[in-house]
Amino acid sequence: MSVLLIAEHNNKEVKPFTYNAITAASQIDQDLHVLVIGLNADEVAKSISQVPSVKKVIQVDNEIYENYIAENFTTAIIKQSDKYSHIVCSANTFGKNLMPRVAALLDTSQVSDIIKVISSDTFLRPIYAGNAFATVKSNDPKKCVTIRPTSFDPAPTTGGSAEIVKADAADKTETTQFVKREEIKSDRPELGTARVVVSGGRGMQSGENFKLIQQVADKLNAAIGASRAAVDAGYITNDHQVGQTGKVVVPDLYIAVGISGAIQHLAGMKESKVIVAINKDGEAPIFSVADYGLEADLFEALPQFLSELNKLNTIQK
Amino acid sequence: MKILVAVKRVIDYNVQIRVKEDGSGVVTDNVKMSTNPPDDNAVEEAVKIKEAGKATEIVAITVGEEKAQETIRKALAVGADRGIHVKVDGIIEPLAVSKILQKVVEKEKPDLVFMGKQAIDDDCNQTGQMLAALLNWPQATFASKIEVKEKSLEVTREVDEGLETIEVNVPAIVTCDLRLNEPRYASLPNIMKAKKKPIEQINASDLGVDTNPRIEQIKVEEPPKRKAGIKVANVEELVQKLKNEAKVI
Repeated sequence: MSVLLIAEHNNKEVKPFTYNAITAASQIDQDLHVLVIGLNADEVAKSISQVPSVKKVIQVDNEIYENYIAENFTTAIIKQSDKYSHIVCSANTFGKNLMPRVAALLDTSQVSDIIKVISSDTFLRPIYAGNAFATVKSNDPKKCVTIRPTSFDPAPTTGGSAEIVKADAADKTETTQFVKREEIKSDRPELGTARVVVSGGRGMQSGENFKLIQQVADKLNAAIGASRAAVDAGYITNDHQVGQTGKVVVPDLYIAVGISGAIQHLAGMKESKVIVAINKDGEAPIFSVADYGLEADLFEALPQFLSELNKLNTIQK
Repeated sequence: MKILVAVKRVIDYNVQIRVKEDGSGVVTDNVKMSTNPPDDNAVEEAVKIKEAGKATEIVAITVGEEKAQETIRKALAVGADRGIHVKVDGIIEPLAVSKILQKVVEKEKPDLVFMGKQAIDDDCNQTGQMLAALLNWPQATFASKIEVKEKSLEVTREVDEGLETIEVNVPAIVTCDLRLNEPRYASLPNIMKAKKKPIEQINASDLGVDTNPRIEQIKVEEPPKRKAGIKVANVEELVQKLKNEAKVI
């Protein structure tokens, strides 16, 4: 048995969730190889070779992999797939787009979004927006698995020295063209990995009012999240959405402001260590998962919260 | 252009899920069912494209038990022209669904196949990508904007970092995000008219597709419950608790 993990990166740096996926993959089997598909991604391959649990890095470098096109990545993975019992990657938009295409070509029924490795063929995964947990056993000879990154700790990034081998590119697809990518640059911590997340919902009433969230987030060195309602209403961009069809976050502290707590939102944050809810509707379902609930008008509570934080001598970063 | 839209019948998104005591699954008896929400967006987008004169026919397809037909009727009521119901009972995995859809695509020869990006019951997020692989068609997943061009689509995709735009040649598969559009409600006259639109029934077994599950569901259980929290009286108390009790700030 050997596991092949598909690394997510931007040709310069490894995306942090790759390290979480490495932890899960090494629990499936110790013989873990990582496939780096990209263009001039030598630094990425080098970084991954330093992860102690990685036994080998396979680097496929070609101009057709400058941008991430699932069709091109899939054929490159299939080319390497023979020797492996498991092919795995993160269950984020990268892996969700890619892995089913690989699985279908290998005639494998994919196991999506696992939160626990029970054995090399048996996994725990949430269904129904996390309202039920299913233990599933894959009976396919070759298994394709995506990993919920926030359910696993990131692997240590130094101390290893795996060999890096080069492999050939596969054929290029002619039917899909990359046009552009609009990434929202921010100095804040990444939503998926932040220690603290402050999220706003429909109760914020406007994009302008998200400034109140920003001020608190600045003070706590937090990432900013949002409910789908807030994104749909145009208050904030889609990359902030937390929930069943957005991102899953597990911060030490999650502060939900003006969010009622639909089950689809709870699916993305209810594993957080400490949850705070600020909402003027005392019956809002968000209070059922909150460790600390404050029934208050957010437009009064947020400025007060900021001034109370300002009074503290120290704040954890 | 001809558009095939795949829809799935799932437990309604507002229903509080209950796990069966024997661990065999979740309770579906006497539970409200409806069309998987992003599948409604897929139907809506197809109808809009047809209304813009860029599509000639919309075929709605579902794979599932007898009652799954309700989802086709709903699609017909908002503008699909006819339906195909592939009948199969019991659990059916995305791989088998995509193989069934592949057979139907080979017969129907649509230019586009639309569906929701994810079903809210099993949360797999697989079928569209698998179908694209089996057909060797391009895929545009998590679409929040679609622009129909001469022989291609320009699709804006919602990704973790923001937005990505790709151009895919037709024929293509598109999986739809909830933000793609605002699905319309069917009017009563259109619901009545939809009853006269044809639905073809096919047995999955007649398509020669092996639908046996490859994944054993060993048990389904309730997730661990959070212990009940407290309400604080004011912001001062909240900050004090976060600092001294939870020790998170």
